[in-house]
Amino acid sequence: MAIKQNLRTMKWAAWLGWQMESNWADPFLFIVYSVAKPIAGSLILVVMYTIIAQLGGDTDPALFSFMYIGNAFFMYVMLLLWHVTWVIHDDREHFQTMRYIYIAPFNYFIYILGRTISNIVITTFGVIITLVFGVFVLGVDIPLGAINWPLFVIVMVIGLIGIMAFGLALAGISFITAKHSMGMNEGIGGIFYLFCGVIFPVSVLPGWGIAFAKILPTTYWLDMIRRTMGVGAGVDPALAGVSMTSSLLILCISTVAISIFAVLIFKLGDYIARSKGLIDMTTAY
Amino acid sequence: MIFEDYEKPTWLRMNLRAVVGRAYPRIIGANREPSWVFFETFLPILAVSAYVYFYTAMNAPDQFIGYVIIGGAMTAYWMNVLWSMAAQWFWEKEMGNLELFLIAPISRMAILGGMALGGMFTSTVRALSTMIAGILLFGVAFSLHDPLMFIGIFVFTMLALYGMGMMFASLYMLWGREAWHMSNLLTEPIYLASGFYFPIKGFVHILGQPGFWVAAGASIIPITLGLDAMRQVLYPAEVDGFLPLWVELLALVLLTGIFLILAKLSLEHMEKVAKREGRLTMRWQ
Repeated sequence: MAIKQNLRTMKWAAWLGWQMESNWADPFLFIVYSVAKPIAGSLILVVMYTIIAQLGGDTDPALFSFMYIGNAFFMYVMLLLWHVTWVIHDDREHFQTMRYIYIAPFNYFIYILGRTISNIVITTFGVIITLVFGVFVLGVDIPLGAINWPLFVIVMVIGLIGIMAFGLALAGISFITAKHSMGMNEGIGGIFYLFCGVIFPVSVLPGWGIAFAKILPTTYWLDMIRRTMGVGAGVDPALAGVSMTSSLLILCISTVAISIFAVLIFKLGDYIARSKGLIDMTTAY
Repeated sequence: MIFEDYEKPTWLRMNLRAVVGRAYPRIIGANREPSWVFFETFLPILAVSAYVYFYTAMNAPDQFIGYVIIGGAMTAYWMNVLWSMAAQWFWEKEMGNLELFLIAPISRMAILGGMALGGMFTSTVRALSTMIAGILLFGVAFSLHDPLMFIGIFVFTMLALYGMGMMFASLYMLWGREAWHMSNLLTEPIYLASGFYFPIKGFVHILGQPGFWVAAGASIIPITLGLDAMRQVLYPAEVDGFLPLWVELLALVLLTGIFLILAKLSLEHMEKVAKREGRLTMRWQ
């Protein structure tokens, strides 16, 4: 019974998220937004790379593929972290509907998960557009036939669970912070962007940075994405010695650990917010 | 005090009070929630650092790290204009404050000016922390030979930028829930077009003559010329500026005048349209 109710909560929360993302905007604006934003994000790096290549810098097509794939899949990290915490901020501060949703007879945690599902769909659309743009316009070679699809799907699912878990932990913190969700999302996303070998090999970082990168699951997730796709893999000497099996094992263990940690943080944030009467505070000055 | 004894303040005094009154909650509110210092100073540096390491991975010339730091610092102001000024006008409507602003006997620009002033406080802290981190962590060295020119460029960039923000705000008065998409749409594409992380002249080197027109088109956004001019002042020997420095300063002065006039006209026009169409106090649309 509880499972059925939770699934129904998730389904309608996902529907609500989708309506808020797509149906509340003009269709033309939504399409432009969905296409232009991810492509522009990638083109910033492409222009940076091309300028340095023209100046005779140390550029290499393998580094370009490494950067392009990493940046495309990093959209999941940035957008999911952003959206999971933004749900709290948006419902509480802008629409001021959180007090009503919160007392509704369903699991609020499941509601947040449901709202995230629509963002995964939209982000997937953005990632595909970026990859297609890379293949047809920038000449990034993605051999579809050579991709290890079963492993790719497994890695994607585990990775997305891990990212959602991080998002939920941040959502728990958002319960008790003022209007800083945006800075927090951006900043925590920045930690992953800097340390997880997204646009440059981890080996470029100082020693302590490499050590830190090696404890972050997203580092292994992105590395395995590249390896299963056969694009941009092997560029990073810092991860060259880590086998596929070891990476998968680290990814699984760290995802489980982070998920437990995230649920605890979420519950703690929820508890503190209720105790201090912060559930429906407004700080959007 | 009876009504007849009340001495109505002058127009200027009333509007100055409105500016201070709207800036006050932002500055005081920020001090009451000190956690923003962490979110707005330390965390944004991380994403900027990723771009620094991207250049480092390609052995880019040293000044490019400085370009990224300057661009990263200026993102604070762009984000502030987009989210805390233009989009804020929409949220004020949603929260029911807009009608109070509009019945007050003060200029709309005074309220927006107050928002700008209050928002600039946190943005400046964020920008300065990025600059300081660039100097301390990455050894970025600037040479400020012409401080007056730098101050002039910065001041007119801010005036033009916030003038544009006021103009955007008038559009957000009409826009409904897609305001969120619009602000998002104006993030990465503007980072790309305005050259936040690379010199804008790069478009000319990559695309030739069409690149010149891309950069010229992007110069409508004041921060494009502001960034290029700041880089020219701080790296007089190395930077390859898009236009001569004095031309960029002159363009910024012109843009300031144009945007402030357009903002006034646009705010008046949109207010009339919104009143005619009954959208001024309409919420949740």
